[in-house]
Parts: sequence; structure tokens; C-alpha cells
Amino acid sequence: MSQIETLKKDILQKFGDTKMSLTTSRVGDHVLEISKETAPAVLRYLKEYAGFNFLMDVCAVDYPNREKRFDVVYHLYNMSEGTRLRVKAQVGDGETIETATKIWKGADWFEREAYDMFGVVFKGHANLRRILTHHQFVGHPLRKDYEADRQQHCTNVIPIHFNNTPEQAGDQLDSRFVPINIGPSHPAMHGTLRVMAELDGETVVRANCEIGYLHRCFEKMAETHPYNQVIPYTDRLNYCSAPMNNVGYCKAVERLLDVNIPPRAQAMRVVLCELSRIIDHIIAVGTGGVDLGALSAFFHLFTYREKVYNLFEKLCGARLTVSMTRVGGMAQDAPDGWFDDVLDFCKEMSDGIDEISKLMIDNKIFMKRTQGVCPISPENAIAWGYTGPLLRATGVGLDLRKSNPYYGYDGFNFNIPVGTNGDVYDRYLVRVEEMRQSISIIRQQCKNIPDGDFTIRDKNIVLPEKKDVYGNIEGLMNHFMLVIKGLRPAPGEVYDATEAANGELGFYLISDGSGNPYRLKVRPPCFAIYQSFPEVVKGAFLADAIATVASMNVIAGELDR
Amino acid sequence: MTNDVSPSVSSTAAPSGVEEMENELSKSIVFATKLDAIAAWGQRNSLWPLPYGTACCGIELMSVMGPKYDLARYGAEVVRFSPRQADMLIVAGTITEKMAPILVRIYQQMLEPKYVISMGACASSGGFYRAYHVLQGCDKVIPVDVYVPGCPPTPEAVLDGVMTLQKMIKDRAPRPWRDHWKSPYEINETTVPSSLTMQRIQR
Repeated sequence: MSQIETLKKDILQKFGDTKMSLTTSRVGDHVLEISKETAPAVLRYLKEYAGFNFLMDVCAVDYPNREKRFDVVYHLYNMSEGTRLRVKAQVGDGETIETATKIWKGADWFEREAYDMFGVVFKGHANLRRILTHHQFVGHPLRKDYEADRQQHCTNVIPIHFNNTPEQAGDQLDSRFVPINIGPSHPAMHGTLRVMAELDGETVVRANCEIGYLHRCFEKMAETHPYNQVIPYTDRLNYCSAPMNNVGYCKAVERLLDVNIPPRAQAMRVVLCELSRIIDHIIAVGTGGVDLGALSAFFHLFTYREKVYNLFEKLCGARLTVSMTRVGGMAQDAPDGWFDDVLDFCKEMSDGIDEISKLMIDNKIFMKRTQGVCPISPENAIAWGYTGPLLRATGVGLDLRKSNPYYGYDGFNFNIPVGTNGDVYDRYLVRVEEMRQSISIIRQQCKNIPDGDFTIRDKNIVLPEKKDVYGNIEGLMNHFMLVIKGLRPAPGEVYDATEAANGELGFYLISDGSGNPYRLKVRPPCFAIYQSFPEVVKGAFLADAIATVASMNVIAGELDR
Repeated sequence: MTNDVSPSVSSTAAPSGVEEMENELSKSIVFATKLDAIAAWGQRNSLWPLPYGTACCGIELMSVMGPKYDLARYGAEVVRFSPRQADMLIVAGTITEKMAPILVRIYQQMLEPKYVISMGACASSGGFYRAYHVLQGCDKVIPVDVYVPGCPPTPEAVLDGVMTLQKMIKDRAPRPWRDHWKSPYEINETTVPSSLTMQRIQR
């Protein structure tokens, strides 16, 4: 806390702005409010002198009744201290704010998204065009006056285009090179990604990615649904590891409500999260192999994924989208013997990982295709906002389970695997090793499952049990009140992050005291990672670009939301 | 045609006239049947799917193709990502407004006979995404033969959908949705555009 006090003194002294304020919110988030004119200078200062090296998220919030309508919100992270800072600047409708892309490259797509969703104009941004909605879209859908279900149809496909650079306009194709379009319906693009490239022979001269082909309006849907009904939507963010999104969202709401969930619920969440991490890495490694032409590893790995599906099915009845958490705990307790089943699976899986290592990681062809391909340096990775396995592959050992532990992760004995080169091979190496570490965590947790309740019993947060609803008048009334009124956190805001399979999954949640979230912004890990793609593959072979997309494990659901 | 190529696939379904005939004929060397029936038999047992997996359903579709559920048992394992080589389009996942023109183009590129399975709630109706950027069902733009409910559907449900389609092919069920389909993006200047087309173009 002293670090924040020092920062407060320094920053007020340096900028001496009367409008500036650094406060600590009810839930313990540090919030720095500044004017939009000082924003670039303050952000640069925070990065260079206060150690906030990560720009995790940039987003906007709409307050239509306020004089200056929008808040532009930056979430910063200090890796060495493990502290976070939220910087807010007010921007009026039709006004502009200086871009942060000159300070952090990673602000690029986040600012484009804020422009697309709210119409906030970032001055100096070289490519401020729509990113998630289609090119014929009119208006800005996350403004409060845009109705959630007003659809606008798209009638054609946007032609090949690139990012503007000082030397070259993005929509001008160079006649010396061959333009090529890959996707969105292409097996290597996993269904919804689209990559455009200009080729000189086999070499990529320019590349660009177009996203938004799976923009399902998650954030708008969250604003129109009660807190607990948002949980099924979170499942469908990163559908390869759905329970992790449930946990991340519920953890944010619980922090806003200022409740602690019982130890048994925490333990169940840890087991679910680590199982999800394993099956997410299975998809990443398996489809990575498929994209390089190794089909057998995928089929082999999918056998293990099916086993985890069986565990989930036993736990709650669903295979993929489990929606197993509730605000305040879990939906139900684990059935008898479930944790023993998980332990049995761990045994099979650790044998499986050894096999996969032999099949893929030690495979000479795989090594030749991936070693030294499209590496990224640690500094560059941090500037782009890389987190998770991709950041760790560059040698930076940042893992929120270690640096900002939650749910008792500090009590487990596990290691953070890191790579050395940050190339495609290291990313798979890190993922395979993480699967081993996850198994170790699950084993430690399953041997020591706390007894007790699986949820809190606050009648304003959690529905009463069915036997009470049907059995006594008080239970019936509690049920009725909670269904009619909904869960209502006190006005306030929170940013909460968990270590998901792809990196930091953050939820920025604002409550205005009503039954629906006022604003819910997701910070998806692969959004920050994928925006670096044009730079990373520049000068590589086209086949290496495919390997790079696969290694980034871009999940369209959380990328486009 | 030798004895081991049996055209009969289903033992539980009530034997129809055609099937009885097929069973009878498969035992003999001399083959006399309707050409249609033979063609339908071939078509339904070698559906080449184009997995148009966009979202969560795409992951479940991987399970359907995967080792446990193994769609190959129904003759539909030859996955083709080229629409020219596929005859069963499985729309697995949410189709957004941005994706719709691409889906239509993929469908148009497929050669006849072609069939469409809409897998999951999003592809069938938009699901619980009643939202500004989500197409409220892929049948708004392409004709759908079989809808598989679920969010996502279990692999068993998808297999059931494929078997339903096989039965439709076998029975040569009429497909008016397919016969009257017109691309929503083409304006035919000689005729007055339908209200849907008009609406789409104006917006």
C-alpha cells in the first residue's frame, strides 16, 4: 500500500492538476482520475517511472446523462509489485483523446474496439476503423441508447486491406506482390479468423487480420441480463475451457459484493479450472498439430478430452458449457466419489502427456516446423500485452496464480514453466509442461478437499434450497424476492483477473445498484496476443504464419465476444 | 455388384418397399432397381461433410468426428473444407451478420445434391443471442434441411441429425425450402424483389 501512497505523492507533485485524484475504491482497487489532456503524459509517466509495464485493457463506459458522456478506462499492471491501477479520463461526445498506441503497442485493438463500440475517437491512432462489427454497420452498439436487438444486415465481404503505415496506405495493394486471403472459412483459421497477406514468393510482406466474425455482443447481452443469467454467456467466451470463464466472472461479482466463498467451493473451482486448463491445452496442442499436418496426435488427445467431458457430465450434466458456478459458490455439490474419479483421470492423463510429448514435442518434423519460427522478445511481448503461456514462452515468469494468488493457489506446490526463445516450439513446450503442473495441483487439491458447504447462504445472493422453497414460507419468500428483485450489488466497480488457459482473463464490472450489470468489459487474453500477428509474421514463410496462428490458440469466442 | 456390398444400413427401421427390394436384390447377382434408389443409397451413405464450425458447437463437432462418437460409422467421415467437394454443410455455431455473406457464398459454391444441417441453437435461431450482430438463424440466408437442437447439442443428437438426413435422402422427401431458395444478396432486376431482399438492401 505504501507504493501507492508514494505514487500518489509523486504524481500529484509532478502534474499538479487539481482535477486529478487517486483513490482506493470500496473493494480495494486503486483508481486514478485524470483529465483527458494529461492522459498521454500521465500514462507515459506511469509506465516509465512507476513500473506499470503492462497495459492490460482499454475500454470505454457510457454515461449518457453526464456532461462528458464517456469514461475511457485504462487498466495497468505492475509486474514486479503485482499491483494494478485503473486510470480514468472523461471524454465528451464528439471530443477526442490522444492515443496510447505510442506508449504501448498493445493499445491498438483495444482503442479500435472502444471506437467501434462507443464512437470514442483516439487522436493519432493510425488505423481507427471498425473492428468487431461489420463494415456496413451504422452507429455504436454499446452506447446506452442503442437497442440490444437492433440488427443491421451485412450484404458483402470487406475486400483485402492492410494497416496504414507512414509509408503506405492500407487499402492500396502493391502490384509487385500477390495478395492472398485466408479464411474465415478455412481449416487453419479455426472457423472464424481471417488473415490477409501480401506474398513475395513464399514470404509474407504484409499481413493483416480481420476479426469480428463471431462478435456475439456478449457485453451488450450482459447489460440486459441479471447477474446470474450472465454466467451461461461467459461459458461461451472461451468455449475450450468454459468453467474458467464462469469462475473469472463469479469471482469479479463476488469481489464487488465483498463476499468470500466457502473453502469447499474454492477447492471445487480450483479442480474445475485446472481440468479446464488441461483440456484447453489439449485443443491448443492437438489443433496445432493438425495445422502442421499431424492428425494422429489430435485424435489421440481427444480421447482424454472426452474423459474430462465425462467428469463434467457426472458433476453437472453438461459436457462443454457447464455453467457450474453461481455467484456465491457452486450450483451444487460434487457427487460422491467424484474427486476419486478425478484422481483416476490424473493418472491416465499423466501417462497421456508422456505419450504426447513423444508424439509431438520430441518429433523431429514437428521441431523443424516450429523451432525458431516467428519468435518474439520479452520486451515486445509485454508491449503487446501478452499474458499466459505465450508470455511465459518468452521467458517472463508471470502467472497470476503465483503473483496474485487466489483460491489458495499459494498453498500448492507447483512450478511456472518458462521458455527461452518465445518461438512456436516453446509455446507448445510450455503448454505441455503446464498440463503436468495442473495435474500436480489437482492431485494436491483432491487429496485434501475441505468439508462444509458448497455455497454461501446469504438470502440476498443465493437462492434457497428447493426443500426450503417447497417446505416453508420463509424459503418461498426468499426465493420469490431474489427472483423478482435480483441480485443487486451496491454501486461501484471492480476489475478482477484470473489466470485462464490463454493468459489473464479480466472482468471489469460496473454496478449502478440495479439488477443487471451496468457495464461488463471482458479483457480476453488472446485479443491482445492476436493483434501482434501482422508484426510477428512479417518476413516469415506463409506456412510459418499458419503455425503461428495455431500456436497463439486464438479462440474466436473470447476474441470477438 | 457382389454380395458383401449390402445397401441396407438400418435394421431397426420398419422395412419399406425399397429397402425390402434392396435386401432382396443384394442377395442376387442380377440387379434390377430404380436408378433413383441406387443413387440415394450411395448419397446417404457417403455424405461428405463441410464442417462450418464457428463457435462452441464446432468443438462439439470435433467430438462427433473424434474417436468416441466417430461419425465415420455413418459414412460421413471424409471431411472436406472445400465446398466443391462436400455435399453436407454442417453449420455449427453462431452465424453473425458479418459472417452471413460468406456462409451464402460457401453454400452457393457447393455442388448439387447438397444438404444443410444446422447444429445448435445459435445456428437454428440465434439462440440466446438476441443481439445486434447475430443473425437470427442461418435459415434466414440458406435453406436448412435438419435442425439439431441443443446449446451445444450432444454428439448423439448430431448423429441423430445425420441419420435423419439420411432417411430424408432415402425417402426422397420433398424439400420446398431448398427449391424456392434464392440468395438474399442478389437483386433480380426483372422481378420485384421480395420484401426480405428489399429490407436487406435498404438497411
